[in-house]
Amino acid sequence: MHISDWFSKKPKYAVLKPEKREIPEGLWTRCPKCLEILYNKELERNLKVCGKCGYHFKLGAWERIYQLVDNNEFYELDGNLESVDPLQFDDGIYLEKLREDKEKTGLNEAIVTGRGRIEGFESFLGVFDFGFIGGSMASVVGEKVTRLFEYGAKENLPVVIVTATGGARMYEGMLSLMQMAKTNAALNRYRKSGGLFISVLADPSTAGVMASFASQGDVIIAEPGALIGFAGPRVIEQTIKQKLPEGFQSSEFVLQHGMVDMIVERNKLKSTIGRIIRIWKKK
Amino acid sequence: MEEEIRELTPWEKVQLSRHPQRPLTIDYIENLFEDFVELHGDRLYGDDPALIGGIGIFKNRGVVVIGHNKGKNIKENVSRNFGMPHPEGYRKALRLMRLAERWHLPVISFIDTPGAYPGIGAEERGQAEAIGRNILEAFDIKTPILVVVIGEGGSGGALGIGVGDRVLMLENSIYSVISPEGCAAIIWKDSKQAEKAASALKLTAQDLLKFNIIDEIIPEPPGGAHTDIAATIRLVEESIERNLEVICNKDIETLLEERYQKVRRIGVFEEEMVPKAGVEPARSPSST
Repeated sequence: MHISDWFSKKPKYAVLKPEKREIPEGLWTRCPKCLEILYNKELERNLKVCGKCGYHFKLGAWERIYQLVDNNEFYELDGNLESVDPLQFDDGIYLEKLREDKEKTGLNEAIVTGRGRIEGFESFLGVFDFGFIGGSMASVVGEKVTRLFEYGAKENLPVVIVTATGGARMYEGMLSLMQMAKTNAALNRYRKSGGLFISVLADPSTAGVMASFASQGDVIIAEPGALIGFAGPRVIEQTIKQKLPEGFQSSEFVLQHGMVDMIVERNKLKSTIGRIIRIWKKK
Repeated sequence: MEEEIRELTPWEKVQLSRHPQRPLTIDYIENLFEDFVELHGDRLYGDDPALIGGIGIFKNRGVVVIGHNKGKNIKENVSRNFGMPHPEGYRKALRLMRLAERWHLPVISFIDTPGAYPGIGAEERGQAEAIGRNILEAFDIKTPILVVVIGEGGSGGALGIGVGDRVLMLENSIYSVISPEGCAAIIWKDSKQAEKAASALKLTAQDLLKFNIIDEIIPEPPGGAHTDIAATIRLVEESIERNLEVICNKDIETLLEERYQKVRRIGVFEEEMVPKAGVEPARSPSST
């Protein structure tokens, strides 16, 4: 089948809003950084950023989506893609892991992709969820990201992807690794169409996803205090047999080393993305 | 004898792929290319001895050659960082691929690395960016690219010079998303389970041919490539010549479209109809 055959069909817009927004259980949460006890409703209002020290808590995919899209309106795409166990990895431990993390997160996979407005601008948005097998990329995640770039190219709309990932997923072996090539191939075509790809790096963004599309944004935004890099810090420490300096691979570190355009606090993320899209559209 | 080889376990293949006497990129360069001229440096920061690059003549045809290079002994391995590139290696490779494009020469890329180096300088200088960019740009390098996995295909560090029009793999080489030891440490919290991980990861040439991730398996002499290096080199030569002939005879638009479609199809999943949606669901071009 040629790619254009597939394009000629309408992408499907399934409205699949989750039943409820994820709210942390209980009334209070302790900030892991400054240990302050935070009132959950207050933490929610503050977009899950510690009011005392500014620590950015990890967000679930839907929490992030609702922080970014206008009027809580988001049309999920390709939510019907289901992972299988192509390698038959060690007698079904992968299928078990998928089941567990589906239950834990309420998600179907490690990324939710779809379409919504950001500051009034129609956009394609993809958001990783670190809670789902470490936000790892295998066949389904790779396919969803690839399609997002294809939709973006076809409709001449911006693509925004928020990563929170440990990289390529072991359980699908080389099929996972090759998603790095597939997503970047699609990104290459999206770029040629004149598209705008904003890559938002949340905590953590590493390995196979960083070494493919996430590091290749037209504009790359890091959330404060995120771990960003290729190899995980433990692997580096084991390799070089020494402790890594404080702040190594932090957002601030990668900004200093020229790998990202800016660090943006969560309460300014949406407006910053909006401003960039506005400029891109003035042509 | 052949029976014996076919029955090697994935873990045994892992051992063979890492065998200290296994022929290296430099051996193929020395034996397959006339007038090889090594070219150094990424023009940005430094030169990476873990990734060799240069130009030469293969069967009367000018070619650009890139490849990871391990050392033949401890001393060489230290100076070549055990074939684990820094960002400079990937940037040098991209520079040479662009050179190949301008000169209308095909690229031959040899894969043999435990992985991209996980170290301080590598992170400071953007290891992820360097690999990501190579993968991205490989899709518009307007010249044929032939990839040969000759030993260890270590994850992103391999893929950084691994996108091409044909991917060939020596019979006992491996290509994996993570090392079996790393996989075992994560899943079973025990790197001694590496043998089990090697089977689970489906990292052999035979597995990867089934998944359409590679295009051809190059046979090795009985006992493995290191038992008869001259014979191995001849087998690799034959396969490179035949495959190069095919990709060099395609027009460049076709080549790039096929390069794209080849990876576009990779992935295995199910796509169910969503009864809620009022629109006919798009069918995936991917297999399941």
